[in-house]
Amino acid sequence: MAKEYRTIRNDVALPYQWALGKTWTRFFDGLKEEQIWGTKCTHCSRTYVPARTFCPDCFTDRTEWVPVKPEGKIVSWTLVKATYHGQVKPPPYIIALIQLSGTDCGFHHFIGGVETENIKKLRQKLKKGAKVKAVWNPEKKADIYDIAYFAPVK
Amino acid sequence: MSKEEHRIVKGQVMVPYELALGRTWCHFFDCLKEEKIMGKKCRKCSRVLVPPRSFCPRCFEDMEEWVEVSQEGVVETWVYVNMPFFAQELKIPFISAQIRLDGSDSGFIHQIAGIDLSDFDKVRERVKLGDRVRAVWSTEKKGNILDIAYFEPVK
Amino acid sequence: MGKAVAIIGTGQTKHGRRSDVCYPDLVRESVTTALQDAGITLKDIDGVVLGTMPSMMEGVSSTHFYFAEAMGALNKPVMKVETCGSTGQSIGHCGYYWVASGMADIVLVVGSEKMSEGDGQATMTTVFDPFFQRTFAAGAPGVFTMQSMEWMYRFNIPEDKGREAAAMISVSNHDNAMDNPHAHIRVRVTMDEVKNARIITYPVRLLDVCPASDGACAVIFASEEKAKKICKKPAWIKGLGFRGEEFFYGESDKAIWMSATEAAKEAYKQAGIRNPLKELDVAEIYNPFTYQEMIFYECLGLCPRGEAPDYVLKGTFKKGGQLPCCPSGGTLCSNPIGATGLIRLAEAALQVTGKAGARQVGGAKLALSHAMGGVDQFNGVTIVGSKL
Repeated sequence: MAKEYRTIRNDVALPYQWALGKTWTRFFDGLKEEQIWGTKCTHCSRTYVPARTFCPDCFTDRTEWVPVKPEGKIVSWTLVKATYHGQVKPPPYIIALIQLSGTDCGFHHFIGGVETENIKKLRQKLKKGAKVKAVWNPEKKADIYDIAYFAPVK
Repeated sequence: MSKEEHRIVKGQVMVPYELALGRTWCHFFDCLKEEKIMGKKCRKCSRVLVPPRSFCPRCFEDMEEWVEVSQEGVVETWVYVNMPFFAQELKIPFISAQIRLDGSDSGFIHQIAGIDLSDFDKVRERVKLGDRVRAVWSTEKKGNILDIAYFEPVK
Repeated sequence: MGKAVAIIGTGQTKHGRRSDVCYPDLVRESVTTALQDAGITLKDIDGVVLGTMPSMMEGVSSTHFYFAEAMGALNKPVMKVETCGSTGQSIGHCGYYWVASGMADIVLVVGSEKMSEGDGQATMTTVFDPFFQRTFAAGAPGVFTMQSMEWMYRFNIPEDKGREAAAMISVSNHDNAMDNPHAHIRVRVTMDEVKNARIITYPVRLLDVCPASDGACAVIFASEEKAKKICKKPAWIKGLGFRGEEFFYGESDKAIWMSATEAAKEAYKQAGIRNPLKELDVAEIYNPFTYQEMIFYECLGLCPRGEAPDYVLKGTFKKGGQLPCCPSGGTLCSNPIGATGLIRLAEAALQVTGKAGARQVGGAKLALSHAMGGVDQFNGVTIVGSKL
C-alpha cells in the first residue's frame, strides 16, 4: 500500500460579470477623470466614499453627490510582507485606511512612494494623521487602480 | 455622467485547494491504479457502498470491511449531456450514468462511452435501463476517478 | 410546534437580468418593499436571516457581510444559511424558529441570488465532491435529468406520455407567469415549441428548464401578539418539515425520494392535513425542471406514485384545476436560487391573504410551499393558512 494519507491539488477558477449599478458606475467614471465622488446623507449629513446608493446608517436613499478632494490623513496602515495566491502585487507593499478630507469614513488603498526597507523610518513617516494625497495612474481603466496609491505630503 | 450608466465588470476568482483524501479514499484510488474497484461493507446493515465510506451514512457505524466489487454492472439511469459550461472536465456530448456494480448496494456515477455519441437518436436506441456495462481502464493511471476511462456496453 | 408565528409582509424584486443594480442594491429593493408591505420600519426588526446559494455563485464570500447595510442589519443579530436550492425554505424555517422560540418578536428573512454575475452550472458543479462525482456532473440539469429518467423507468412511464405531460407543465407555468409582474420569463409557449426545443440533457429540452435569474425576496415573520397588532391579514405558519439524505448521488432512491416525502409528511402532520390534494387550495412547488415537478407531486402526496403524468394530463394542477400549482409561474419562469424557496413561501402567503393580484387563486385559505436543494439531497416544506 502506498502512503495512507494523500492530498490532491485542485484549483477552482470561476468567471464573473459583476454589475456595478448606477452609483458605482458613476464613482469609477469619476476616477477616470481624476475625480473622487462621495455621497452625503441628507438626513445624518455623513459623507461616504466610495459613494453609496443609500446611507448605511439611516437606510435612506436620500443622498447627494459630493466631490471629494484626493487627499486626506492616515487612520491606520500596515506593511504587507506575506504572500498568497492571487495577490494583487508582489510584497512588500503598504495598505492603509485613509480618511479623505470632508468625509466620515476610512478609504482603503495603498500607500506608495516610500521606502519600505527600514521599518523605523517608515513609522516616522506614516504617523497617524499624517497627510497623504492620491497619485493617479497615467493609464485609466475606470477601476480602483486608477488611483495608483496615496503618497505622503511633505 | 457616463452613457453606460449600468456597467458590468468582468473578473475571475481562482482559488487553489489541497484536498485530503483520508485513509478510505486513498486506498480506493490506490486500488484503482491496480484495476480493482473496492467498496466497503457495513457490519450492521450489510450494504456494500462504492465509493467506499469510512462510516455507514445510515447506521453511523464505522465501516471496516473492504470488499472488491465487480467491474461490471447494470445501468440504473443515465443522461445525455449536451450542455457546455466553464471549466467542464469532459467534452460534450457525453453520457453520465448511475451504474449498480455487481456486488454493491449503491449506484456508482461514471460515464458511458465507447459508442458513437454524435447522433442522439442512435444513442437512445443503444443505451437502455438495465443494460450491462463494464469498466474500461485508462492505460496511464493517475490515482483519480478517470483511471476508469469509462464504462462500455457489454455485447 | 413553538409559539404561533405569522408572515406579516413580503417583498420581491422584479426578477430577471438585473445588470442595472449592484448586488447589495438588489437585496435592499426586496427589503424596503417588505417593510412597506408590513407597514413597519427597521427599528421594529429584532433579527435578520440571510440565505444564498454557495457564495461562489457571485464570487463574494459570505454575502451576509456584503449585505449587512442593505438588509438593515447594523447592530442586529444576523444568521446566514446556505442549502443550495432549498435555501429559501431553510431561511424561512430559521425565521419561524427564531420567533416561535420567543427569542424575537419580528424577524426579517432575506434570500437572494444574482445568477447573471457568475457561471451557474460551473458553480453548482462544485457542490459535488471533488474526487468521485464532480467529473461527471453536468450542473443541475445533469443530475435532475438522471433522476427524472430513473423515475420514468421505475414506473414504466412511456417516453411520449412523460414528454406530453412535461410539455403541459411548461405551457401552464409560462401562462401563469404572464399574471406575475415579478416573473423573469414572461412569454407564452406552445406544446410544439416545448417538444421541439433544443436538447439540454435528454429528455430535458430548453423550455423544460428554468432561467438563471437575478432577484431577491424578503419575508417578515412576527409573533402572534405583534402580528395581530400590526397586520390586518397575516398568513399563519401551520406546519413545516425539512429532511436531508445521503450526499453521494446513487446511494439513495431518487424515484421515491425519502427527503421530499418525509418533509411533506412532517409538515402535514403539524398542519393537521390528512388529504393534501383535497385540503390544500394552492401549492407553490419548486420546479426548476418540468419532469421533476411530477416527481414532487408524488413525493408531496398529491397523487399516487407513478401517476403524476395522468394527473397532469387531466389538468389537476392547472389554473382552475383541483389544486392549482405555481400560479406565479413557478421556479420554471424565475430562479434566483437563494431567493427561490422563499419566493415560494411569499407567494403562498400572498395567496392565503388574498394579495396575489392577477395570479390569485379565488378563496385560497391553505397553501403549500416547497423547495429542494443540493444534489437532490434536501427538501423543505412550509404550509401557511389564513387562520391561526
